Amino acid sequence: MRGFMRFLILGLVLLGLAIPAYAKKKVVIAGSTTVLPIAQKAAEIFMNNKGEADISVRGGGSGVGIASLIDGTCDIADSSRPIKDTELDKAVANGRSPKAHVIAMDGICVVVHPNNPIVELTKKQIKDIYTGKISNWKQVGGPDQKIVVVSRDTASGTFEAFGELVLKGERVRADALMQASNQAVVSTVSKTPAAIGYVGLGYLTSSVKAVEVDGVKPSKENVLTGKYPIARPLFMYTDGNPKGLVKEFIDFILSQEGQKLVEEQGFVGLK
Amino acid sequence: MKEKIYKWIFAGLAFASLIFLIGIIIILFKEALPIFKKVRPLEFILGRAWYPTYSPPEFGILPLILASLWVTLGAMLVCVPLGVGSALYLHELAGEKQRAILKPLIEILASIPSIVYGFFGMAILAPLLQNLFHLPTGLTALNASLILGVMATPTVCSLSDDALNYVPRSFREASFAVGASRWQTLTQVVIPAAGSGISTAIILGMSRAIGETMTVLMVTGGAAVIPKSFFVPVRPMTVAIAAEMGEAAMGGLHYHALFAIALILFLITFIFNIIAEIISRRFRIKLGLGA
Repeated sequence: MRGFMRFLILGLVLLGLAIPAYAKKKVVIAGSTTVLPIAQKAAEIFMNNKGEADISVRGGGSGVGIASLIDGTCDIADSSRPIKDTELDKAVANGRSPKAHVIAMDGICVVVHPNNPIVELTKKQIKDIYTGKISNWKQVGGPDQKIVVVSRDTASGTFEAFGELVLKGERVRADALMQASNQAVVSTVSKTPAAIGYVGLGYLTSSVKAVEVDGVKPSKENVLTGKYPIARPLFMYTDGNPKGLVKEFIDFILSQEGQKLVEEQGFVGLK
Repeated sequence: MKEKIYKWIFAGLAFASLIFLIGIIIILFKEALPIFKKVRPLEFILGRAWYPTYSPPEFGILPLILASLWVTLGAMLVCVPLGVGSALYLHELAGEKQRAILKPLIEILASIPSIVYGFFGMAILAPLLQNLFHLPTGLTALNASLILGVMATPTVCSLSDDALNYVPRSFREASFAVGASRWQTLTQVVIPAAGSGISTAIILGMSRAIGETMTVLMVTGGAAVIPKSFFVPVRPMTVAIAAEMGEAAMGGLHYHALFAIALILFLITFIFNIIAEIISRRFRIKLGLGA
């Protein structure tokens, strides 16, 4: 996919060189891999709607995105966390004033097999299950059954969010099943009676059961009101108030159509 | 003049593979070596913990190497009897008609895309194994071994069949002439004569199994632990590369570590292929076919 994007970008660059008469306005977006699919999809549609725009999107991680914004090598920095004080100091020293735009919420629900009697877990219990301190469902009030822990691959954005919000940097037990996509997690949990897994809220289907976390149901409303504990806002940072094409792009993401794309990518839209 | 141009064009095409091979080897080494500046090679290969994205990260790929070898061993237990057995049947017992139907059918197995095998393993075999053996999950080394075994069968069968066909008629006729039965001829003349050819077939089947990616990604479960039985989830090398490469930051340690895994995998299949080549050369000399 990356290689393909690079080809695409290369192709666009060559196209730009070949026909300078049609020179395009360029916007560079960099940063969080979690936000990457939203930015990519939005850029694709935005460019289709607006011929003269040329938006290049790349990942790298939130830190890389914000660093690029400070260096002036990107126009929009994707981030899955608020900017840090140290970064803000550096930005001010470089004459930049990063401005945050919350573009979506990232909510993760914890799922079990539909036949599992468990309806609620605490955040602490979920952490202990994933780190291996709890290994049998009876320890959390369920049947006497060994828990099958299902996780996303450690390089994914969903894992990053789960690791930060629930595991607090501790390691997932080594024998956890690592799945390469949200769909694979759902499919594995739905076929494994003793399994526990987690997926982005947008990937929840009726083939698995989402448990309440600390007594709160994982729903769009609870994520947006901040009640649900495994959720976080996703940001796009710009240098000062956005202008021109950058502003149009941010406005597009925040529009009804943009927010629909957000939900299609498995995140929680703001409206 | 014209002929010369054609000669150069075709020589260029023939050497293209060599260029690709050298290019791939150079890139593999170039991208893999930076990891060994941070992690000692022995620690990398014998380390037991694969936590590439934590801080501090740990890059120990012993569980991944053992998982690959383990799944391949299981696949061999399936495909050697299946592949060699069917080759023997095709060669010795099947009539012309059966042979005309069976051989192409076995080869069709090889043309099924690996994702289809993976889908089959995930959707059908996994629940079956789970219920049959009362496992917590059906995504295990066993599942991968069964599927890979079937996938490698056409390779082993075809090449074994070729090896049997290379045994000159005179060997067989000589054996019958001294009064040996069909069974004696098969076990004491034909199989020993074709033995190294069959070994080559098996080793190439192993190469096929250990390098397979999509299927194992879908059916092994992906847990990076050292396998202690066939009934546990494992994470072979190809799975780690496929699942993590898309998200690893380019030029980072994790990225280089994945290339290093690819390099080690390449070295393993390279050794397999060299062994196969040596054995098959001996085989051809033994049967008087020239090297």
